[in-house]
Amino acid sequence: MKANSMVCSYLWLSVLLLVLSVPCMAQGNAVEAAVSELASERTESRVDPLPASFAEALTRLLRGNIKEREQIVEHLSTTGHPRAQVVLEALLNGELFELKADGRPVIGAENQGGYAISDALTGDALGYVGRGDIAKINLTNSLRVTLRKAIGRLQLRSGDAASRLAAVNAMITSADDKTLELLRTFEATERDERVLAAMRLIFALHDLRSDHKSVRLNALDTLKEYNSLEVYNRLSVLVDRDDDGHFVEPDADVRKKAKSVLVKIDARRQFYSAVETVFFGLSLGAVLVLAAIGLAITFGVMGVINMAHGELMMLGAYTTYVMQQIMPEYLGLSVLLAIPAAFVISAAVGIAIERGIICFLYGRPLETLLATFGVSLFLQQTVRSIFSPLNRSVTTPEWMSGSWQINDFLSLTWNRFYILLFCLLVFTVLLQILKRTRLGLEVRAVAQNRNMAKAMGIPTARVDALTFGLGSGIAGVAGVALSQITNVGPNLGQSYIVDSFMVVVFGGVGNLWGTLVAGFSLGIVNKMLEPHAGAVLAKILVLVFIILFIQKRPRGLFPQKGRATEA
Amino acid sequence: MNGHSFTNHKAGSVVIALVAAVTVLVPLCNAVFPDGSALHFSAYTVSLLGKYMTFALLGLTLDLVWGYCGILALGHGAFFALGGYAIGMYLMRQIGNRGVYGDPVLPDFMVFLNWKELPWYWLGFDQFWFASLMVLIVPGSLAFVFGWLAFRSRVTGVYLSIITQALTYALMLAFFRNEMGFGGNNGLTDFKSILGFTIQSEAVRLALLMISGLSLIGAFLLSRWIIKTKLGRVVTAVRDQESRVRFLGYRVEMFKLWLFVFAAMLAGLAGALYVPQVGIINPSEFSPLNSLEIVVWVALGGRGTLYGAIVGAVLVNYGKTVLTGLLPEIWLFTLGAAFVLVTMFLPRGLVGLLVRDGKES
Repeated sequence: MKANSMVCSYLWLSVLLLVLSVPCMAQGNAVEAAVSELASERTESRVDPLPASFAEALTRLLRGNIKEREQIVEHLSTTGHPRAQVVLEALLNGELFELKADGRPVIGAENQGGYAISDALTGDALGYVGRGDIAKINLTNSLRVTLRKAIGRLQLRSGDAASRLAAVNAMITSADDKTLELLRTFEATERDERVLAAMRLIFALHDLRSDHKSVRLNALDTLKEYNSLEVYNRLSVLVDRDDDGHFVEPDADVRKKAKSVLVKIDARRQFYSAVETVFFGLSLGAVLVLAAIGLAITFGVMGVINMAHGELMMLGAYTTYVMQQIMPEYLGLSVLLAIPAAFVISAAVGIAIERGIICFLYGRPLETLLATFGVSLFLQQTVRSIFSPLNRSVTTPEWMSGSWQINDFLSLTWNRFYILLFCLLVFTVLLQILKRTRLGLEVRAVAQNRNMAKAMGIPTARVDALTFGLGSGIAGVAGVALSQITNVGPNLGQSYIVDSFMVVVFGGVGNLWGTLVAGFSLGIVNKMLEPHAGAVLAKILVLVFIILFIQKRPRGLFPQKGRATEA
Repeated sequence: MNGHSFTNHKAGSVVIALVAAVTVLVPLCNAVFPDGSALHFSAYTVSLLGKYMTFALLGLTLDLVWGYCGILALGHGAFFALGGYAIGMYLMRQIGNRGVYGDPVLPDFMVFLNWKELPWYWLGFDQFWFASLMVLIVPGSLAFVFGWLAFRSRVTGVYLSIITQALTYALMLAFFRNEMGFGGNNGLTDFKSILGFTIQSEAVRLALLMISGLSLIGAFLLSRWIIKTKLGRVVTAVRDQESRVRFLGYRVEMFKLWLFVFAAMLAGLAGALYVPQVGIINPSEFSPLNSLEIVVWVALGGRGTLYGAIVGAVLVNYGKTVLTGLLPEIWLFTLGAAFVLVTMFLPRGLVGLLVRDGKES
């Protein structure tokens, strides 16, 4: 008996060595530490032999101590069982439970206070249980590290190139000898170019530690093509001196080459950061354009400033919130449906404002400004009374959240990207309405010369109402977009109103292209100033710039032509 | 025209007589009747009356530029706030070593920000005469530069309104920054004394009320005189037909500019009287909403009459005091409705209901 257990122990010694070496491999000499730790460990805990089946492995995963769990995790990652990855991911996410009734391992997803569980072994749904019916499996940090690596190895076997790529990328910062060995075996069968490139990056980074100068130089040759933050950091350390004043990289040739690679990467990094700034500027500009474009139409056609414009945007944002409350199961769809709903609601409110107030103040633009400001206070307080003064959160649908990681130096957030697209779409539609429809023709006619248009038989009162409705509806649509990037609260409109005025005034009244150019350029200038001056100062500078600009070009970048503008 | 100016003149005199009565009677009552008597005004009431006086003064200055010059300034609160900050800086320096950190020179917020010495623009504000001068000069210079740029290039109408709003918005953002050295979003507060007197004491409150009242009366009489002079008459003509006045050979922008600067300086004075009475000045005074509220006072009272602005300022603020105390939700509804109804149905404001006059817009 005793001899038998000795044999077992020795057999396990080697396995454990592997297990323990994984988390500490980042420091090369940690293996010795692991061995000595192991030596003391041996006397304390006995180790069981490998589980015979997947089911047994799962049971031991539930019941075992921390050490044993790490072994099982390692083991599961090598079995290639189809459920292994699902189970390990569930464990990492804290979704693996033991069903108290029969001790069965289950995967549970939280659902309205209870859990929807499924059999961990087979994936069969087992219905709902309460919180008290299942016991959660606790994790330690070292187990998490082991889990991530195990999942990474499993992902390498995945049939999906994207998840293989993700797995390889996850290994870049923590690649150890064992991972490398694993990667080399997979490299032979890998067909996807991008996965291969990621693998080569890991190899090259590893080669930088090689004792041979030529290997290091070759590695640098490979690395210079990569847009990777890890490469940049590693090379920066390489050409630097360590604490004792020695160069980290002893060879001058290698240092020189590393420096030239660094310069190349740096240039690309700056390029991408410029691209990113422009993108963020465009997306900020898109928000400004969306907010301002409705204002531009009403101002251009009717010569009135609608101070309630911001509140019409707020109504659009609240429409999105209400839509999500109505259909909580379909978040993505509710946001899409909110677009027409917000248009209709804001347009209706806008037409009511025009028919009820503005049409009585025709020819008195300053009074209109005051009256609509009164309306804006009214709308704000109404919303505050109905929905409470607190901000409401609108959930961003999955396809809009997260970011598009192009490389380490450039990632674009999806919601900003969609808003940019949405802005261009709205702009195009509006342009087509104004250019190609009967209403558009009438709107342009009234904008150019109201009296002449009237003389030609255009019902100017109706055109005014419809224009105002159109502008207001677009404000509502802009509100839907805003609900995705900012808090939905009663003050949402106020924070955008000054900015949207600036855009209209800068671009030139009644000129859609002017609004577009003004919005985008203000957005980009703002984002370009931000890193140097800070967000608030950048905004102040932009405001001051516009105030000065108006002195030079009182009618904006693209002044409207026609007599009506002189009125 | 003569008859109308007579009735308006008479109504104005009545209003200013009421202001004078408050200015004189309140301190008199408090001197004669002992504390606790029904005719002894509480510290709260005295401060409230003083605050209304400064608001009335502020409304008056906006009426000058809006009612007589046709400039709908949506950033008039900026001049008020700048005057307030100027006197606030003096009051901060007066705290001396009585602050929480006990630094003899630096105000608390600078010690908190770890600043070692006073920024250059704070120098001199330990002197009352210098601060008083700045109360007029800072808003005046800003109005001069801004007005010079705007009027010279003939920015008018809604464009002008919008850039004045942008101006106050930009200033608000700027004053919110801690790096500006004006206390960030907390602003300047915790004042202890003014000219050596305890700022909370009854005597100082009464004195401030009297000074506010006298300033209001003085500003009213001065403004009434100015609009009778050539400057005032040309400016009124500009309001009605700017191009025609220009074609007649007047330098329109100069007339507008001087009136604008004068109004800004008086607004600064109003701010300087306001701050010691409420004990705080912070960047929210710059918010565009505050400036718009001034416009409501004037619109509600009746613009282009001077005394209408006083009536409007007092009425609206009294309504605000009462309503925000009783039913906070109702206040914005009321204010919003006042905006809409007054612009639609009372283009000449409340005083237009009482005072009959010729055709005047």
